[in-house]
Amino acid sequence: MTTLLFIEQLLNGLQFGVMLFLMSAGLTLVFGVMGLINLAHGSLYMIGAFAAAAVAAATGSFLLALMASLAAASLAGALIELTIIRRLYDRDHLDQVLATFALILIFSEGTRWLFGSFPLFLDVPAALSGPVTLPGGIQYPAYRLTIILVGLAVAVGMFALINRTRVGIRIRAGEADREMIAALGVDIAKLYTFVFALGAALAGFAGALVGAIQSVQVGMGEPVLILAFVVIVIGGIGSIKGAFVGALLVGLTDTLGRFLLPQMFGLILEPSAAVSVGSALASMLIYILMAVVLIFRPRGLYGVA
Amino acid sequence: MTEVVLRTERLFKSFGALKATNDVSLDLRKGEIHALIGPNGAGKSTLIQQITGHLASDSGVVELLGTPLTGLGPAQRAQLGLGRTFQISALAMEHTVLQNAVLGALGQRGTVMRFFAPVMKDKSLLAVAQEALGQVGLSAFASTRTADLSHGQRRQLEVAVALTLKPKVFLMDEPMAGLGLEGAQQMIRLLKDLRQAAPILLIEHDMDAVFALADRISVLVYGEIIATGTPEEIKVNPEIRRAYLGDEVPA
Amino acid sequence: MTRESWTNFAALAVLAGVPLWAYVADEPFIITLATRAAIFALAGVGLNLALGLGGLVSLGHAAFFGIGGYAMGILASHAQAYAPMAEWPFLIEGTKSMPVIWLVAVIASALAALAIGALSLRTSGVYFIMITLAFGQMIYYFAISWPAYGGEDGLSIYVRNGFPGLNTLDPIQFFGLCFVILCGVLVLMRAVQNSAFGLALSAARQNETRVLSVGMMPYRLRLVAFVISGAITGLAGALFADLNRFVSPTMLSWQMSGEIMIFIIIGGVGRLFGPVIGAMVFILLEHTLGGLSEFWHVYLGALLLGIVLFAKGGVIGAIAGREKAHD
Repeated sequence: MTTLLFIEQLLNGLQFGVMLFLMSAGLTLVFGVMGLINLAHGSLYMIGAFAAAAVAAATGSFLLALMASLAAASLAGALIELTIIRRLYDRDHLDQVLATFALILIFSEGTRWLFGSFPLFLDVPAALSGPVTLPGGIQYPAYRLTIILVGLAVAVGMFALINRTRVGIRIRAGEADREMIAALGVDIAKLYTFVFALGAALAGFAGALVGAIQSVQVGMGEPVLILAFVVIVIGGIGSIKGAFVGALLVGLTDTLGRFLLPQMFGLILEPSAAVSVGSALASMLIYILMAVVLIFRPRGLYGVA
Repeated sequence: MTEVVLRTERLFKSFGALKATNDVSLDLRKGEIHALIGPNGAGKSTLIQQITGHLASDSGVVELLGTPLTGLGPAQRAQLGLGRTFQISALAMEHTVLQNAVLGALGQRGTVMRFFAPVMKDKSLLAVAQEALGQVGLSAFASTRTADLSHGQRRQLEVAVALTLKPKVFLMDEPMAGLGLEGAQQMIRLLKDLRQAAPILLIEHDMDAVFALADRISVLVYGEIIATGTPEEIKVNPEIRRAYLGDEVPA
Repeated sequence: MTRESWTNFAALAVLAGVPLWAYVADEPFIITLATRAAIFALAGVGLNLALGLGGLVSLGHAAFFGIGGYAMGILASHAQAYAPMAEWPFLIEGTKSMPVIWLVAVIASALAALAIGALSLRTSGVYFIMITLAFGQMIYYFAISWPAYGGEDGLSIYVRNGFPGLNTLDPIQFFGLCFVILCGVLVLMRAVQNSAFGLALSAARQNETRVLSVGMMPYRLRLVAFVISGAITGLAGALFADLNRFVSPTMLSWQMSGEIMIFIIIGGVGRLFGPVIGAMVFILLEHTLGGLSEFWHVYLGALLLGIVLFAKGGVIGAIAGREKAHD
């Protein structure tokens, strides 16, 4: 029984990690290629979730909802890149932080104005609403399993895009040397808009997928954004591989910590104290992990020195 | 033989397969200007950075007045008496010229953790800073914003800040670069005077300046020192002609 | 006096004058708004030492603001419940005395800044921003999940804490206290800016190599700046909690960090009085726009975006022009 529960938590951790990867991949690319810190990435996650919830409510189709999340987030991403973000590439980090913080304020309040303050709900599609039985007799929600598989598929797709395609070569070249690829005749402006919109689409997609397990509400993006920052600090800026490893580490550490720590403290403390100490410590665990990585690898696991 | 102030012994530094410095041993003696020349990419800047502690050496020792500097960072080495000027000038651009000089004097005195006394009213710091500015001829620009200085004046300020440190040796990375003819002449006169205060290890591309100034010259090629000698010796050394001029000159 | 000094002087005069007028006109709510502005200004002055002078873009200063707040909440809640905080190894009791609370708030937030700074300052640039944000969030979640002091709901105290010789429940007297503290800290910060430490810290912002090559350690300078900065913001947090007689994890949230930064930007980065003017403008906007529209943050966002993209110097920059090199 405990083993089964443990495996279930392990899968939950994996699912959480895969979600974080979708968030972090775009962020880390934008950092790596354009040197931009984008706090509004969480807003794109929220936009994806709201677009999905609205389309699902109107059409009843989850697939259309997912497509709407991709379209809305990438469109919003491209729009802010063209109007605002591209003015920030040559600015210092403080300007980038402030301008994208301003975008959060605008997006959050705008969404609240459009949709109201009450959370929306996005239903898990009927076909995926039940549990599936995994080898070994483990019952696990089909939808969460799907998220894991979809997330892994996106990860594979991202690796292929970066490592195997012309666009990927340009992105990697852009990370290495901005002027060089401009000199080679690549249209930097278009490349940047593409990378930004791609990252936005991934964030929006993650928002829609998660929206079906949690509620869709204003402010849902920023806690995930900060976790994605932790992922990137651990993985190293600009590295897709680092984002993947970091995301899984954070997802598993957080989920298993919340599951195991209260139990472990239960061995030495009385139950109520064990729960409060355990859960308080569990909520800090990923940040402690980040601190440890920082002490030994200040540039992250896969960061360039 | 005169006293050796700075010595490097068998310094190595590789970046991947590239040996940037390969078994570099040289010394700098009291009162001299020792120029380090060599083609681009020969490892001159790497060597300077190994000496100042900005780069950790793969192996080898740097000694200042007989004390090995191994394991010390750039700040500690500066405190021990390595005064450095930079190829690309490294100054606090928003500060005034005088503030930059005071910063050096402050570093030399080692009393930076003072929070309340106004530093620009500290007479002893100001005296050191103004003296250094006077030596390089920047007294008239003391209250100019550093960003508003000309290129040559920034070079002079670099030297002035190094002077405030009262260093045991000067390490100067291309102090003539980008100076006009007059500026270069002025810098040459300045360096000639400075060597009495502390010997100078000079990296320089301007060969006229090198031959006008240097007491000794070392030639660095592909990370190795192929010759050390007086300017007269270096001028006639066939190996150096070959290194600089390639196969045009028969061995 | 330069234009900037006149601007600064005018800002202080307005900040002190408005509540005095409100006292005469019997508008206690306005006095409370002015008190809020003074406290936010203090929090911003703290951050400005790290951000403006040191160039350290900390997105985690809510941590220190909140720790200061909780120092007040925890000490006062123990005192009002007559329950000692610890009986072993020696008796530690709560307190309702502001000076003691301030001291504890300053020490606690300085220690937190020391720990967070020691780790975060090993990195720079975007890493530093993300890490300070993450550590801020860590303390936020800790406060939420630690049930002893109210968890998510926060801590209320019934009566404002006391200061010898003053009736702190009287809005104008409490405002006076906050205003005097703000002025005192501004005087200190002016001294720090012009001190040996200030010169070296701002040189480290402009050119790290330069500072290293004159034999100073930028890491040490920045860490000291970060600790002082956190301690001042922590003091502001204690006052803010006392103003509201309430402390909750909201004070620790990342939005709070962002707001403290906004005060500085509106006023002008690196200007001594930037956060003072910024906090006043912020409170004014919150009060006027917030009254007009529930969604006033949209306008705040647009204003902020406009300042960042087109008017980098903030209010002081617009009035006084580019900062002159001073010596």
